[in-house]
Amino acid sequence: MTAPFLTTGALSPSYDLLFAILIGIGFGFFLERAGFGSARKLVAQFYLTDLSVFKVMFTAIVTAMVGVIVLNRAGFLNIAEIPLVGTYVVPEIAGGLILGAGFVVGGYCPGTSVVAAATGKVDGMVYVGGLLAGMFVYAELSPLLTPFVNSTDLGQLTIPQYFNLPVLGVAAAVVAMAIGGFYGATMLERKFGNR
Amino acid sequence: MSSSTTAPRPYMNPYLAGVGLGLVLLAAFVIAGRGLSAAGAPASVVSYLVNVVAPGHTVDNPFYQKYLSRASHPFKDWIFVEVLGVVIGGFLSGYLARRVTRTIERGPRITDQGRLILAFAGGMIMAFGAQIGRGCTSGQALTGGSLLNLGSWAFMLSVFAGGYGVAHLLRREWK
Repeated sequence: MTAPFLTTGALSPSYDLLFAILIGIGFGFFLERAGFGSARKLVAQFYLTDLSVFKVMFTAIVTAMVGVIVLNRAGFLNIAEIPLVGTYVVPEIAGGLILGAGFVVGGYCPGTSVVAAATGKVDGMVYVGGLLAGMFVYAELSPLLTPFVNSTDLGQLTIPQYFNLPVLGVAAAVVAMAIGGFYGATMLERKFGNR
Repeated sequence: MSSSTTAPRPYMNPYLAGVGLGLVLLAAFVIAGRGLSAAGAPASVVSYLVNVVAPGHTVDNPFYQKYLSRASHPFKDWIFVEVLGVVIGGFLSGYLARRVTRTIERGPRITDQGRLILAFAGGMIMAFGAQIGRGCTSGQALTGGSLLNLGSWAFMLSVFAGGYGVAHLLRREWK
């Protein structure tokens, strides 16, 4: 398998930061194109007036998921070279709930706040300041919090592995869920949007 | 100046933008063997700054050591450089669509000052969420979601639950 290029040696690892910046440019470009440099657009997801966050996220997840599966089965992309974040059930659920709450309080998630700041949103710049301050406070408290963060460790684990299901079956379910969700999201927008 | 030539252009169709974002994520997998991330960058910057101001203070703290050992300088850290790219790409897209304007995004019932205080607080809360949950909307939800990572899906569903859980409480900020 020839990919990932930087880990198989198909591309020299000395280029990795060049690709970091290029991938980041693409990432920021599409976030802004989608309207995700705007807190009101993002937060509208949680007031059901505009469900672009769900639509963009799940379209992106399905696109990348299908791409990874196809390229892997074609013998091109070695997915064993892509490390998974370990599954730590309880801290990941707790962290997700905190992040979701912080999303509505602050109006952005970390990536979109950078896009907001880059396009002149003062609240985006202040949010980035809060992110830095929060990282400092977290770092100082980390000796106390680390035992919890490392609890309920299941290791690197995928949904197909955990439930002993075929990858293609789970992938098909994700696609079906996304399409059903897009339909539902559009219905909700018709009901709650444009007010 | 006529408003028709200076008005911001409409946003891209969400499904089209999603395909674009998904292809960027796929490119990251294929080229670098890693996904997209964002919250790691502020952690690197803070670790670097604390180490400059008080090098003795970082020695015994595994948090600082983790980020300091990843790269000697934030400019050499993959995630930091990627986020620098996000700044460039975000600005480029905004500039081309005439959406770069100095504003404060808020609902009609909150003051600018109130909104900025909540933006700062939200950033702080988010730092904790991202550290406790091992990633953010990019590193966990998008990246792990597309790899069918079990923990990432638990995280992503919790993000939506957390957001919907507090939305009613915070309606004065946005509606």
